[in-house]
Amino acid sequence: MANYPADLKYTKEHEWARVEGNRARVGITAYAQEQLGDVVFVELPKVGAKVSQMKPFGVVESVKAVSDLFAPLSGEVMEINAELVKKPELVNQDPYGKGWMLVVAVSSPEEAKALLTAPQYEEYLAKGGH
Amino acid sequence: MRYISNTPAQQKEMLRVVGATSIEDLLSPIPPKARLSRPLNVPAARAEADLVRHMGQLAARNANTDDFVCFLGGGAYDHYVPSPINHLISRGEFFTAYTPYQPEASQGTLRTIYEYQTMMAELTGMDVANASLYDGASSLGEAALMAHAATDGRQQLVMSHGVNPFYRQVVDTYVEGPRLRIKEIPLGDGATDLGALKKAVSEKTAAVIVQYPNFFGCVEDVQAAADIAHAAKALCVVAVDPVSLGLLSPPGALGADIVVAEGQGFGIPLSYGGPNLGIFATKTDLIRRMPGRLVGATVDRDDKRGFVLTLQTREQHIRREKATSNICTNVALCALMATVYLALLGREGLRKVGELASASPPPSSKSSSSSSRNHPSGS
Repeated sequence: MANYPADLKYTKEHEWARVEGNRARVGITAYAQEQLGDVVFVELPKVGAKVSQMKPFGVVESVKAVSDLFAPLSGEVMEINAELVKKPELVNQDPYGKGWMLVVAVSSPEEAKALLTAPQYEEYLAKGGH
Repeated sequence: MRYISNTPAQQKEMLRVVGATSIEDLLSPIPPKARLSRPLNVPAARAEADLVRHMGQLAARNANTDDFVCFLGGGAYDHYVPSPINHLISRGEFFTAYTPYQPEASQGTLRTIYEYQTMMAELTGMDVANASLYDGASSLGEAALMAHAATDGRQQLVMSHGVNPFYRQVVDTYVEGPRLRIKEIPLGDGATDLGALKKAVSEKTAAVIVQYPNFFGCVEDVQAAADIAHAAKALCVVAVDPVSLGLLSPPGALGADIVVAEGQGFGIPLSYGGPNLGIFATKTDLIRRMPGRLVGATVDRDDKRGFVLTLQTREQHIRREKATSNICTNVALCALMATVYLALLGREGLRKVGELASASPPPSSKSSSSSSRNHPSGS
């Protein structure tokens, strides 16, 4: 069974956000990477781009599917994980660690209330949410 | 298409299976007014020898480029087609196959496409070339759309008036959907007016498009055009006559981001207008935006070298609303002609053809002009 750290917030599109002060680190969940299978390509926005909550910010491509990535929180992209260009498999190997995708300067912290907690996300998955 | 005949006995058996007494009975559900009630107005069957003579006489009424110099074309040129090309491409393995991309069945075809891509990348000085598009004009249209997508939706194209007018028309049509605007830059002294080009390019520009050598045969300053494009974070798209690249510096070395070309000059007969070969090459960091498909080399589980379809515009299959290209295939046989042509000529041969094509032919050159381009190109 995949794990869902309690300090993260989750979306129903299977992204996570780790809020660190006024910034949030973003990636996809263990469930998402498992469903996708081997990730072969991740397309991320440029640093400085603006992302909006639950709007696509990029694309993840695996050997069997291509999916949009949805921003858990709105804000400006401060960092992207450039290592994913060479090693997209990090998304599979360490989805909450080295497989991170973005760091966003959060523009509307109250948006976090719309996100799921770890137990809520697990419940959502248990009900077959995908 | 294979012709499959059937004997009267077979017809009878088939009629029995479907429960019809005769072919007339089989056709009886068709309303009489939808059926032709008289025999087709076609001449009676002829013996093969008669028919061949008749077709030969009809064909002889066409003027052809073996007998006449041709000033038509505007992008399609009369180059000599070496005889091995037709022999090699006529092999059944190449000639009859349709979309032969299953790696377990088509190593030969995939390998020729891989060789083609390698030759085109080397010739244009780019990192990667796709498995081909339909012709030079639509390749340029695709390049315009790709530049639009790669620059986060910039809406303006700045195009030299030295680009083939037919290509410009095709680009016009291509960019109608995304509503891109085209700004044309006039020529000064035969080549693109760089001052006007610089003035026209802005942060709204997706691509600067030039042709090299341009439609009138002048060699454009691609480096200058690329510098102007890059200063505005736009792409530099170059349409080339690939036959000239045995002589000229490859546009990839001059800053081009996308190079497109009509490959007809590489051993593909004029055939009164097609099929042609669209060459499309770009840089590694734009590879995901590239239309068409890409064959790659890999190793199988026994560590043997093999070839597979590595990339294709997947959006056509699974994310259609995100598609930036509607090109789903390539012209493998024409690409094969070009591959055989270049393999036959080699580096020196291509240089020689380039020299013949760029020089003014002497007055008595008719008998030896078969490998030289038949339009004046004052480069």
